[in-house]
Amino acid sequence: MVIGIVVLILLARVIYVPKDFGTQERGYMYSYHRAGNEEEWKNFPVKYRGSDSCLECHEEKVDALKMTLHGLIPCENCHGAALDHPENPEKLDIDRSRELCLRCHAELYMPSSGRNSIPGIEDVDHNAGMECTGCHNPHNPNLEEM
Amino acid sequence: MKRREFLKTSLMFVSGASVSLGALEFFDVREVLAAHPEVRWGFLVDTYKCVGCGFCVKACKTENEIPFEANVTRTWVERYVTLHDGRVLADSPKGARDGFTTSKIDRASEGFEDVPQDEISQAFFVPKLCNQCDNPPCVQVCPVGATYQADDGVVLVDRKWCIGCGYCIMGCPYGARFFNPVTHVADKCNFCYHRITKGLNTACAQACPFGARQVGNLKNPDDPITKILLTQRVGILKDEFGTKPQVLYIGLNKEVR
Repeated sequence: MVIGIVVLILLARVIYVPKDFGTQERGYMYSYHRAGNEEEWKNFPVKYRGSDSCLECHEEKVDALKMTLHGLIPCENCHGAALDHPENPEKLDIDRSRELCLRCHAELYMPSSGRNSIPGIEDVDHNAGMECTGCHNPHNPNLEEM
Repeated sequence: MKRREFLKTSLMFVSGASVSLGALEFFDVREVLAAHPEVRWGFLVDTYKCVGCGFCVKACKTENEIPFEANVTRTWVERYVTLHDGRVLADSPKGARDGFTTSKIDRASEGFEDVPQDEISQAFFVPKLCNQCDNPPCVQVCPVGATYQADDGVVLVDRKWCIGCGYCIMGCPYGARFFNPVTHVADKCNFCYHRITKGLNTACAQACPFGARQVGNLKNPDDPITKILLTQRVGILKDEFGTKPQVLYIGLNKEVR
């Protein structure tokens, strides 16, 4: 009876545990795993394509933006992840919300941080509730050229 | 036999016998290189450059399909505010998914605290993510072999094999792991393994407008981050735990935990 159960468990183990399961390079303590999982992670879909991929079609826009103070912001931060654009999605959903601008431009007193050198507003005092893009051009944030 | 001669011959015999057959084989260079891969992924965070916009958190959540509304995230940004009276306040609302847009600091059960400017001595942001430790305690505690360290140093979770017991979430001293409410298994930052292995940047690093985050190969002496850590003062988190974290920080101080 006992031997039967042991045999059954061993048999189930042979069937259930994948062939590539075992100890790899980092030893039993750190790399006892299913080797095929590394490939599975490598095949995870990429969503953000990077501003350089925008250049391929939107060269004018990208070049113009590069000349402004907002040139350091990657396109996809506001325009959304490119995914398989232009096939899927055909058009990207642009985030023009006040909240997006406030991420950097809400005034905070942060000595010993780069935040202090960014021009900031007090959310409740500066045209509260309005969309920033009504007055400001995010592709040319220069206040004198508004 | 003289004493001197006896010592001489026995020494010769012992040294000859101690050379094993294996030592006489020639090393195959390719074999040695294959056993010691030339990639060890590391990460460099510059806390001076971080402005707390949280674009990294947003990009990470989108890229890695982490539910946007759930209060779980693979990377997050903490705000530290040290006061002249010695107090240290820290918060990370929603992991800074929407950035830091108010000066009110979240003090949990004590509510929100708005500190007057003249009381602040230092204030800065610290982005956090998985440290991909060289001695990962989260891997040691996994009872089923579902989490492991790849040869290039990145600690991964096998979503098909994980049973969701939560030991690793408890085992991580950095709080970098969480239970994914969609996949129902343990989840954590993996340096965007699908991106870095294709030669792309991590989602968080490519979304950072200020270059506060960089990923690189610590075994390549020409890598920008290797150059920085060889020439500048960098710190790591919770050194005393012996986990050997591979996320390095510029501008840490003792208040950061």
